Amino acid sequence: MSDELTARRFSAMAEPHLDAAYNLARWLTRNPHDADDVVQEAYLRAFRFFDGFRGGDGRAWLLTIVRNTCYTWMKENRRGETQLEYDEADGSLQGEEAAELPLHNADPQSLLLRAADGERIEAALKRLPIEFREILVLRELEEMSYKDIAVIADLPIGTVMSRLSRARTQLRRILEKME
Amino acid sequence: MMMHCKTARPLLTAYGDSELDLPLTVALEAHLSECPDCTQALQAQRSLSRTVRGHAPYFRMQDDLRARLQASLPIEVRGANNPALPTAPAATPRTRRNQEMTRWLMPLAAALVLGVGVNQFTALNGADDSLADELVASHIRSLQVGHLDDVASTDQHTVKPWFAGKLDYTLPVHDLATAGFPLSGGRLDYVDKRDVAALDYRRRQHVINVFVWPSQHESDGKLGAQICDTYNVEHWRMNGLEWWAVSDLNRTELHDFAELLQKAEYTAPVNAKPPTAPPIS
Repeated sequence: MSDELTARRFSAMAEPHLDAAYNLARWLTRNPHDADDVVQEAYLRAFRFFDGFRGGDGRAWLLTIVRNTCYTWMKENRRGETQLEYDEADGSLQGEEAAELPLHNADPQSLLLRAADGERIEAALKRLPIEFREILVLRELEEMSYKDIAVIADLPIGTVMSRLSRARTQLRRILEKME
Repeated sequence: MMMHCKTARPLLTAYGDSELDLPLTVALEAHLSECPDCTQALQAQRSLSRTVRGHAPYFRMQDDLRARLQASLPIEVRGANNPALPTAPAATPRTRRNQEMTRWLMPLAAALVLGVGVNQFTALNGADDSLADELVASHIRSLQVGHLDDVASTDQHTVKPWFAGKLDYTLPVHDLATAGFPLSGGRLDYVDKRDVAALDYRRRQHVINVFVWPSQHESDGKLGAQICDTYNVEHWRMNGLEWWAVSDLNRTELHDFAELLQKAEYTAPVNAKPPTAPPIS
């Protein structure tokens, strides 16, 4: 197949998933300029690997590459960010963050009604450790199955479930704290 | 034996996400019916999910970045021969000002544009339903910059008149916004060697393209659902028209959408032809 034909096939496959690619990069980098850079790099990387794409779910395939490109990019450009905030062993926040968290049991319904505001939800999600942020974006905004999330984030399905559970708990705590 | 809260709690996440297997679902539901604490925890989780889905911003890619990505591929830029370029002049005929020329150019443009796309999709699937492939290709093309809507409006009374005079048939336009499928606009497309209307509906961030054109067949009916290159496709025939819905939306919701549209069409005031519902005896 000619290069141009491959490029057209690739473009047709990727086009419907570009919003998802950008949305994920934007949430992971938390910054529009960095998201631009990451998506451009990921797009070219995906094109280079396109021979290895065996059909099937183009979105999961593209998002896997976007996600990996994000992590590599952040390791190079923001040293420490990908490991600093979150301890996988117990999922707890470390240092000051943990000390500030109130653990009272607010009525969850009323809490969320007050919190139902785009800017606050965005701010709360941005404060989550990257592993929690990514899994909530894939689940709640991209509506992906556990199976697809497991592929993209390179996790066992059981870990997808437990991490989602912890991510939601922590998001709720951050929203409470923002009251 | 009855499930305990200690066992039930870790399952609530997967249950709320419809990811729990059947035996555990049955056991958990039995527990939930008797445990207000776990039920409340489930409600809190669902409410948090709804809040995030409803209020967290979804960052769409800007057109200039799309153009830069496209430009970074080794594709030669030659007007209509490049289906991915927003400026491709003949890919989607915009107006009927130059009717004669458009009529002559369109099959040519379609051959150029679809020649590459459709053959590939057919080859990829090995599917024999080339019309479904063509519609999926058209759906994908519509998602490229600036191709989706010739008339962008959420008002069926704006969209419908726009098509009058552009089509040789009356197009029924239904608004399903109250059911969560808002109309977003429409465009003229070229499918199966003829001009067809394409209506653009939305479900959250998903685009649903509905293609409608006069049927060659007498009988109405549901003609099935299928998956075509990861897109879901619904096809039915009603009131003398062929209806196709194409989307990356999940199968269940696209099916619901098709049923809502059929219901709206069934109960709508008479359009071009009287509804062909069976007589009530």
